[in-house]
Amino acid sequence: MHEKTIAELAAALQAREVSSVELTEHYLRRIETLDDALNGYITVTAEQALEAARAADEARAQGRAGPLTGVPVAHKDIFCTEGVRTSCGSRMLDNFVAPYDAGVVERFKAAGCPVLGKTNMDEFAMGSSNETSYYGPVKNPWDTERVPGGSSGGSAAVVAARLAPGATGTDTGGSIRQPAALTGITGLKPTYGRVSRWGMVAFASSLDQGGPMARTAEDCALLLNVMAGFDRRDSTSLERPGEDFTTALDRPVKGLRVGLPKPFFGEGMAPAVARVLEEAIDHYRGLGVEFREVDLPNAGLAVPAYYVVAPAECSSNLARFDGVRYGYRCEDPRDLLDLYTRSRGEGFGAEVQRRIMVGTYALSAGYFDAYYLKAQKIRRLIADDFARAFQEVDVLLGPTTPDTAFRLGEKTDDPVSMYLSDIYTIAVNLAGLPGMSLPAGLADGLPVGMQLIGNYFDEARLLGMAHQYQMGTEWHRMAPGGFN
Amino acid sequence: MQWETVIGLEIHAQLATRSKIFSGASTAYGAAPNTQACAVDLGLPGVLPVLNEGAVRMAVKLGLAIGADIAPRSVFARKNYFYPDLPKGYQISQYELPVVSHGRLEIELEDGQGKTVGITRAHLEEDAGKSLHEDFHGMTGIDLNRAGTPLLEIVSEPDLRSAREAVAYMKKLHSLVRYLGICDGNMQEGSFRCDANVSVRPRGSDTFGTRTEIKNLNSFRFVERAIDYEVERQIDVLEGGGTVVQETRLFDPDQGETRPMRSKEEANDYRYFPDPDLLPLDLDAAFIEKVRATLPELPDEKKQRFMEQYGLSAYDAGVLTASREMADYFEAVAEACQGPAKTAANWVMGELSAALNKDGLDIGDSPVTAEALGGLLRRIHDNTISGKIAKDVFEAMWAGEGDADTVIEAKGLKQITDTGAIEQVIDEVMRDHPQQLEQYRSGKDKLFGFFVGQVMKRTGGKANPAQVNELLKGKL
Repeated sequence: MHEKTIAELAAALQAREVSSVELTEHYLRRIETLDDALNGYITVTAEQALEAARAADEARAQGRAGPLTGVPVAHKDIFCTEGVRTSCGSRMLDNFVAPYDAGVVERFKAAGCPVLGKTNMDEFAMGSSNETSYYGPVKNPWDTERVPGGSSGGSAAVVAARLAPGATGTDTGGSIRQPAALTGITGLKPTYGRVSRWGMVAFASSLDQGGPMARTAEDCALLLNVMAGFDRRDSTSLERPGEDFTTALDRPVKGLRVGLPKPFFGEGMAPAVARVLEEAIDHYRGLGVEFREVDLPNAGLAVPAYYVVAPAECSSNLARFDGVRYGYRCEDPRDLLDLYTRSRGEGFGAEVQRRIMVGTYALSAGYFDAYYLKAQKIRRLIADDFARAFQEVDVLLGPTTPDTAFRLGEKTDDPVSMYLSDIYTIAVNLAGLPGMSLPAGLADGLPVGMQLIGNYFDEARLLGMAHQYQMGTEWHRMAPGGFN
Repeated sequence: MQWETVIGLEIHAQLATRSKIFSGASTAYGAAPNTQACAVDLGLPGVLPVLNEGAVRMAVKLGLAIGADIAPRSVFARKNYFYPDLPKGYQISQYELPVVSHGRLEIELEDGQGKTVGITRAHLEEDAGKSLHEDFHGMTGIDLNRAGTPLLEIVSEPDLRSAREAVAYMKKLHSLVRYLGICDGNMQEGSFRCDANVSVRPRGSDTFGTRTEIKNLNSFRFVERAIDYEVERQIDVLEGGGTVVQETRLFDPDQGETRPMRSKEEANDYRYFPDPDLLPLDLDAAFIEKVRATLPELPDEKKQRFMEQYGLSAYDAGVLTASREMADYFEAVAEACQGPAKTAANWVMGELSAALNKDGLDIGDSPVTAEALGGLLRRIHDNTISGKIAKDVFEAMWAGEGDADTVIEAKGLKQITDTGAIEQVIDEVMRDHPQQLEQYRSGKDKLFGFFVGQVMKRTGGKANPAQVNELLKGKL
């Protein structure tokens, strides 16, 4: 049952081959037996999931079922869920139960999707390995000695291990695409503003974007159909006519103009990753795709600009966690300053504290122009680079990550090396473009991801191009040993 | 040395929107603590601000009324600092690009001279909550009802030269925001409050002295007293060879002095940056024109019209247009009295204002309506009663004894205008005071008033004074 994709599960539910309750019970059993090895879930919501599954079956019996009614999903623990703890992977919110649902959570409820649980993540989405979580690291199901990537590492791991058919993630600098690549699944970061940020705990507001994580492009399209849409509670949400992201799935890619960004194929990419990409490019050539090299002259500035903008926004966004109204509060504060410093010092982990300090510094009087303002200008240059490229080509293709999954602990003492694992994904966030990662092969038994980057609102085209690849390849069907 | 005072005011006007500037929670004053704070006001994780269009309209209204530039694009920034009643750890406020800039306000000085005060900017921002230090036994209570209430911070140029000028400016602005209906002006509830930047410099100098900022002045009287005290203090410091320290001070009305605020441990660096949760505020010409169409007649225009239409002096017109309520009241009286508007003006500024003051009432709560006062004045104009008797009638009306005609009838106060009746009284007075009559006739003109007084006394004040004068002259 868990081998089926979301599209296949939806068909099975519709054909009454299986009920949502049976399906949900099946996944809950798998979680119970298999997740200890992965630590993918922070909270499992078995009771609520079964209740929702019963409601979904009832809705189907009454002819009120939608396309995904009864298909269980998991939410990254960054999305607020009414009545269920939303920890954001932090001690700070270990006791926090939101009084409301995030916009994304509401939409899945309305679509009739039971929620299996809340997935593990890097603390406040800050990390590329899922090792900064207060709830312990998530293990990569392909090799439990290795990281699943981050920050949506829990969602990636549980989807790869078939502990959920699909999950939500968020992507601020690569947090959907990088873990998708390292766990061999498909993940999409939509155009900034597509998916409501209401109720999504903010890391860097101008970069954060929720998106789907599943095994196939088709599944991502189905999930995005649920997630995307205008939300008046989010001022950065885009008001656009409703769109069906599955419509372009079957469109042939013949004649599609695809750019290979020069800076993505230079040094830094592991040879094994390069080989896999070469094969993928050949496959697309066979389908009639036309490739050309394009330049993104300012791509090299993306990581430094990102590590100014994102920490700057995070330093302000995380100021609300002060021990006063909710969340972690230190024992017996002596005075106000003590309350602040100890609550935040004890409630936040090291990486979060590092970024708060970096961001505070970048916004300080005397440094603001040199750092924050300059980084914003770089952001503009990077967006302009992409705009020029998209005058020549329809889609950009490149690696998602420089290498396959690294070992747990390998980079924890070297933040810069950790930051560089997002070198190919960050520019997309700075420009607000849609990007996705899909599995393109294995290197030494570990998944390699291929990244597709589209112009604004071109999610359907990206998903179609990915689907056409998945129609002719089997990489997305591979399951990690022990979880098949 | 001769010193010159330099003052600039930052006035916080709470905008009269029904909901908060970035959330749907109510702004009503006086609710139980934390009952008007929603998830956004509480700064829960994941919540986002959505700008209240009503607050923007009000800010633009003020901008148009002070002849200011309305920014086609303004930006909300975050002002970052930690305080328990600041739920998000930052205040959303317009910083580099305010919605309103380069305005001006005409004020009138005591000598009747006009003065133009520059208004640097007016920007939108959210208020913080309140820390309650009483009743919690050494702890602090936090009430977030006020958090997110829309404020318009109106910053003047350092154009004011005395405490009195500062108060005149503040009063004018207070009147303006109420005319515009964008602020209820309730100073006790903190809807209109002021920070004063004060410095002194040797007269003739063209550089500014070091300033201090006096925070949170919530009455006109406190503004005047605080500035007067602070000016004297600064002069004392300077004349004693010291230097003024740039600092924030608080006014203690009980002691009548300003004192430095408890100094924070570190200098505040607010780390302003554009709020990424809010898009820039873009206002097009059509929006601005739509707001312009809703502007009421402004105080200065009204004053000019009162002078032309009612023939009032600049002073009278100024007093009557100081508030929209008083201006409306006056116009209703002038309409109803069917006589010279000057009488209506005198009564509104005189008897009515005195009575309101005495009872501590606003003109809106006057027990004598404008129509009723007009009815009383009508009886003066048609000679039913004298101006003097009218004051008694007014008192009775104030005490709720009915309208003018009812009181006149009930108390038999109708004026005597019958020549024969008055002559008869005059004859009696002349007969009873032969001595005075003789003195008058031998040239002591001053005694004329004595005879008028006697006649009025015998008629209980009801004789028509003009007739009494005329008839007395003939008889004497």
